[in-house]
This record gives sequence, structure tokens and C-alpha cells, in this order.
Amino acid sequence: MPGSQHRRGFHTARARRRSCAVALAAATALVASACSTGGGTSGPDTGAGDTSPVTITFWHGFSSPHEIASVGAVLALFHKKYPYITVKAVPAETDDKVNQAIRGGTAPDVDASFNAANVGGWCSSGAFLDLTADIQADHVDLGQIPKAVQSYTAFGGKRCTMPWLADTFGLYYNKKLFAAAGITAPPKTMSELAADARKLTVLNPDGSIKVAGFMPYLGAYEMLTEHLVTSWGGSWLKADGSSNVGTDPAFAAAMTWQKSLVDWFGAAKLAKFKAGMPDEFSAQNSFETGNLAMMVDGEWRTAFIKNDKSTVDYGTAPMPVADTMPQLYGSGYVGGNVIGIPRGSKHPDAAWKLVKFLTTDTEAVTTLADAIGNVPTTLPALDSPSLTLAQDPKFATFLDVFKNPHTSTTPASADGGAYLTNYGLFANKWQSGQIPDLQAGLKAVDRQNDAALKLGQ
Amino acid sequence: MSTLTATGTRSAGAPDAAPAPALRARHRRNRLRVLLFLAPGLVGFAVFLVYPLVMTVWLSFTNSNMISPAQFVGLRNYRFMLDSDPQIWQAVRNTGWLVVIMVPAQVLFALGVAMVTARLKAGAGLFRTLFYLPALAPPVAATVAFVCMFNPSSGPVNQLLGLVGIHGPLWFDSPSWSKPALTLLALWGSGTVMVIFLAALLDVPAEQYEAAELDGANPWQRFRYVTLPAISPVVLFATVTGVIAGLQYFTQAMVAAQVANGNIQAAPGYPNGSTMTFPEELYTSGFNQFHAGYACALAVVLFLVSMAFTLVLLRRASGFNPQETQETPL
Repeated sequence: MPGSQHRRGFHTARARRRSCAVALAAATALVASACSTGGGTSGPDTGAGDTSPVTITFWHGFSSPHEIASVGAVLALFHKKYPYITVKAVPAETDDKVNQAIRGGTAPDVDASFNAANVGGWCSSGAFLDLTADIQADHVDLGQIPKAVQSYTAFGGKRCTMPWLADTFGLYYNKKLFAAAGITAPPKTMSELAADARKLTVLNPDGSIKVAGFMPYLGAYEMLTEHLVTSWGGSWLKADGSSNVGTDPAFAAAMTWQKSLVDWFGAAKLAKFKAGMPDEFSAQNSFETGNLAMMVDGEWRTAFIKNDKSTVDYGTAPMPVADTMPQLYGSGYVGGNVIGIPRGSKHPDAAWKLVKFLTTDTEAVTTLADAIGNVPTTLPALDSPSLTLAQDPKFATFLDVFKNPHTSTTPASADGGAYLTNYGLFANKWQSGQIPDLQAGLKAVDRQNDAALKLGQ
Repeated sequence: MSTLTATGTRSAGAPDAAPAPALRARHRRNRLRVLLFLAPGLVGFAVFLVYPLVMTVWLSFTNSNMISPAQFVGLRNYRFMLDSDPQIWQAVRNTGWLVVIMVPAQVLFALGVAMVTARLKAGAGLFRTLFYLPALAPPVAATVAFVCMFNPSSGPVNQLLGLVGIHGPLWFDSPSWSKPALTLLALWGSGTVMVIFLAALLDVPAEQYEAAELDGANPWQRFRYVTLPAISPVVLFATVTGVIAGLQYFTQAMVAAQVANGNIQAAPGYPNGSTMTFPEELYTSGFNQFHAGYACALAVVLFLVSMAFTLVLLRRASGFNPQETQETPL
């Protein structure tokens, strides 16, 4: 009887060792499977000619109702072209979450991110699949994507993401408040910006800020260092990838300009005003309600103002530039949304079809760009007559910034843009007056950035 | 009986006579049975504690990013921690502040509230419930609500302070006030510790208070010589668990910084790194910057510090707990 034989055998040393070995193997398999990130492909998939029905998961960061609806409309176009591929879109996902999912082996088939700073980490670690083979197999012409945009979507010779619309930054100004202050045109230099900011600022009887002419406090909405230093032509990293903030005079100049305006307002007053600024992506946005006369923001604000039914009378212009660098006027910061296939994608072939469609199909690109008010990332889409955004002079500012040869971005780094985190902490202390020696502080940031970059190598 | 016979055949001088095969088999079966019953616990212990612990120590000597294969890098992560990490010492200072200020404040506040509610003659149940309720609020929701209440521009706290002529601080938007604001949040949510103290206080024999009163002890002496010795194990428990929680303080600091800053992508520890705790630095390194090996090194240090704190507290506590000194070891 097998059962009794098994029980008898259970007591022998040999059987015990075997049982231990089996248990160990099972435990190892269990642990291994728990730790695996599922790098390969699995399950049914749609190869080039395979039209078996498949459902893929797509995570993206859009969260506003009109943005989610717009993504849905473009996915409907995709489903029309590929009826056997159903896309399950999950909105409002963050990079933190997708990183955890990749590590846990539960990554979506396709992921889109607002934060191109993570591309370096994703490419170098293999978190996102290298798309080069698919691009070559499908003869996708990368020449249709501007060079600057190509640069922030690849790292270390690996193209692990594609650009999925871009964000360019410029100056929004309130025409009504400008007229009331006797200002006839938007500022073109940083000196003019500071002077206009002072004229436009209105204080409450208790001395607190009622209307800020401009918000120089870093961290308020899109007033970030990376959006500021482009006005001085700042370059974050040297050609060898090491930190450049202590060497490039643009950073010290930008910080000095920013601090002088902060000091004019008073850091404590600005901190209090900032604390009272409602959510950036709500209809109560301070610019939309008239509490902020000028602000740096992305092109998407034009769509938000429309969708929020804000009555603000506004105009747009390129960001003012350093007084000594007039040639930079018209340029700005470009930061792109990126899209790729995370490691562990269960249907990478179908996922690639979606990535290719969303990033290179002119109708898809212009439809989404028009719907959510983002800048298209392919030249055919930029020049497409169906791009209605180009007819809006307020939006055209951002298309011009995008095309400007001086427009720059924050380069990808293998540590997920740790240099920006380090710089952000430094800048916060600087604007609070905690950094006595600016140049020494910038040099210290260089050392920190370089040490952090070496840590992961 | 065969066992006795078998034992009797051994030489008289043998100190530990080997049992007969049947007895050995029974012992073996017993051991296996015990092992079988213990197996779920042992497997859980091995998989969820020993394995992660060993892996964490191993990964702390690698350049792991938890995605591509890790390579051994020796002590590089530990050297980076001591020499180059720009945030680490501020994170250590912040966590140290929370352990030294917030934890004792929370223990004392919970003890004070428990003593007051223990003496209430009327409405005791209502007040105990009211003081305990905040502990049921999820930490994220509670923190978001707290940051909104303490908003220096539109929050009700500063508006109320303004009514009595006090110019309220910037709270979560001030590097000087952010940790005190987090401490207020911790005091508000200390209901669980309060309930444990309350149970201990209600357990102190009333006769001891009566005897102390007859001996002329004043309220402070009654607390010092009757209450405190009786509840000292609970004080020790609250302190040890509080210190460990303080060392691991993460959620509230992170959420408060993000909500106050209004930008989840901005630099952590807003304002000016004042809420950047040691675990937050660990999280940022491991999950935002792909430095999982370094994060493991930070975790190892955190583990060792937690263990050292606990051992010191336990050792010191054994001296002041009178009940322990009277006990005879088994």
C-alpha cells in the first residue's frame, strides 16, 4: 500500500534528508517566485501577424476628468485600428508605483510618465525594455522626433521610452492686472520681470500678500529651479555626466536673482502666501482666480483655464531671459511625457503596437495634443493642418518655444535625477537664507551629485 | 519493560545510558510531532524575518537596484553614508529630535490624560472615547486634515489664535515649527497609549493609595511611590515601542511635507529638509533613486540602532522596576 510505505519511509534518515531537500527546494522555489520580476514574456500575445484577442494594461498619470476622457478617445482610435487589442487604461498612476510594480512582477504592459528624469534609471537598470529592435523591425523613423526630445527619452545607448507629447514652459500674465498697473507688454528680461512683479503686487492691510505680482518662491506650482535656469542657459551636467552647477555661472546668477526678489517680498510672507495657494490643478488655481499676476507654467494651463471656465483675461509669452543673454529669448524648458514597456509586461508585442501608435501616428498625436493642450512631439504632427492648437495664439507661444534651438531640458541620469533632488534641497535652504556662501554651496552640491551618481555604478 | 532491561545491561559507571531503540523512536516521533506543530510558525519566521534580514544585510554590500543583478561593492554604501550622503545627517538629527522630544511628550501626554480620565466621576466613558477616537483615524487622512487645520493662511488654528491676538507660526511651512507640528499630531493621536495607561492605572490597588494617604503622602509622593512603581512595566512598554516607532517615523512626515508643499514631485522633507527622517531618506534612496543597496545599508543601521535603544532601555528599566527585583528566576 503506497500510503503505509510512505509512512514507514518517513522515519528513515534517507527519507528525512529527501524530505528536507524537497522542502528546501519548494521553499527556494517559493522565495524565488516571490522575488522574480518576471522579465520574460508570458501568455498569449499578438506578434506581427497574430490577431488573437488580447487585453493589455496601460498606466498613465493623467488625473483630470478632461484628460482621462481625452486619453480614452485616443485609445478608441487605437482599438478601431487594432480591434483585437483591448486597452485597460488606469489613470493617475505615479512613477513610484510603477517602480514597485516592476520590482514585484506586477507591472502594467505599458506605462506613461510625466517625469523624464527617471528615464536614465529605467534604461540603465533594465526596468523598461529597450525598444530599439521593435523600432528597427517596424522601420519607425526617429528623424520625425526633434533631437532635444530624442535626448531625454533614451539613455546610455538604450531607447527604453518614446516621447508622448511634450510640455514646454513660458510666462502667463494677467492682462487686466497689467493694464491696471500701467504695464503694456510682458517682460522680456529678468530685470523687467522683477520690476513688473513689484508693480503688480498688492498687500493686505496687515502686510500679508493679497496679489503676488510673481511668485519667486521655489516649489510654488511650477516655479522650480529647472524652469528658472533656462533663462540663463544653465547646463546641469557636463559631457561626462558629472555635475555642473558649481561651474556653470548660470546657477549662481539665477539663484541670486531669485533670492533678491524673495527678499523684497520677505521669505516668511511668501511662505504664508504659498501655503494659502489652492491646489495647482484645480479651478481655484491662484492665477486663474487673479491672486497671481504672472507665473511660469506649462502649455497645459491653456486647456485648464478653458475647462475650469476661468474668466481670467490672460496672455502668454516666452519666459524672460537674463539681461546679458537676449539671444535666449523665445526659448524655454521642455519636459516630456514618456511612454514605454516595463519589464514584466505580459504582452510586449501588443504593448509595442500601442506605444508606436500613441507616439508616431499623426492623428493620434494631434488628437490628444488638441484635447489636453500638450505639445505634439513629432514634426508631422507639429506641421499637421489638423492641429487646431496652432491656431490659438496663446498656445502658439509654446509651440514656438518647443521649436526654438536654445530650448533645453534636464538630462537623464542613472540615479533617477537625484541631482535635481539634491539641488532642490539646496535651493530651499538658499531661499530661506540658510546658505551663507552661494558659490561654496553650489560646489558642495556638485560633490553630492557626483557621489550619488557613482553609488549605483 | 524492554527499556529497563536494555538500560540495565549497560555498565554501572555510564552517566547517560542510551535509551532503547523503541524509546528513541518514540522520542523521535515526539520531536517530529512538535516540529510539525511548530512548522507554520517556523516557516513564517524563516520566510518573513530571517530571509529578509539576511538578504538586507547581503544587499547592503551590493549596488543592487532591485531590478538588474547586484554586484558586490564591499563597504562602499557604508562609506557613502558616512562621507557623502547630503541628507543623511539632517535625517539623523530629525529622527533624533523626534525620539528625544516627540516620544517622551507622547508618553507623558498619554499618561496625563489617562490619569485625568481615570479620576473622572461623571462622563468618564465619554471622555475616554473622545480621547481615544483620533487613534482610529488612518494616519494619512489624519495628517492631511492636520496640515489643513494648521495652514498658516487659511487654517482655523491660526485664525483662532488671531482672535486672541496671537500671530500664529507657519507650522508645517516653517523649518522651525514643522517638527513641533508633527509632535502635536502625535499627541492628538496617542489614544492607544492612553488606553494602555488607563488600564494600568485602574489596576493599581486602591488600598495602597489609602495607606499612603494615612502615612501623610502628598499627591506627588503618591504618584512617585505608589502609581509609578505599579505602572512601570507599562511605562517601559510605551517607551520602548514609542522609541522604535520614532526611529521608524515615516508616513506622517512624508504626507505632511507633500501636502504642505502642494507638490508631490518636489524635494522631500519640506520645508528645507526639516521633516526628512531617516526612514524617508531610506525610502527615497531605494525607491526613487534606484539605490536599493544603499537603502539596505541604511536599514541595517536603523535595525542596529533600534536594537541598541531597546537593550539599553530594558537594562535600565530592570533597575527601577521593584517587582522585577523581587521575582525569583525560575
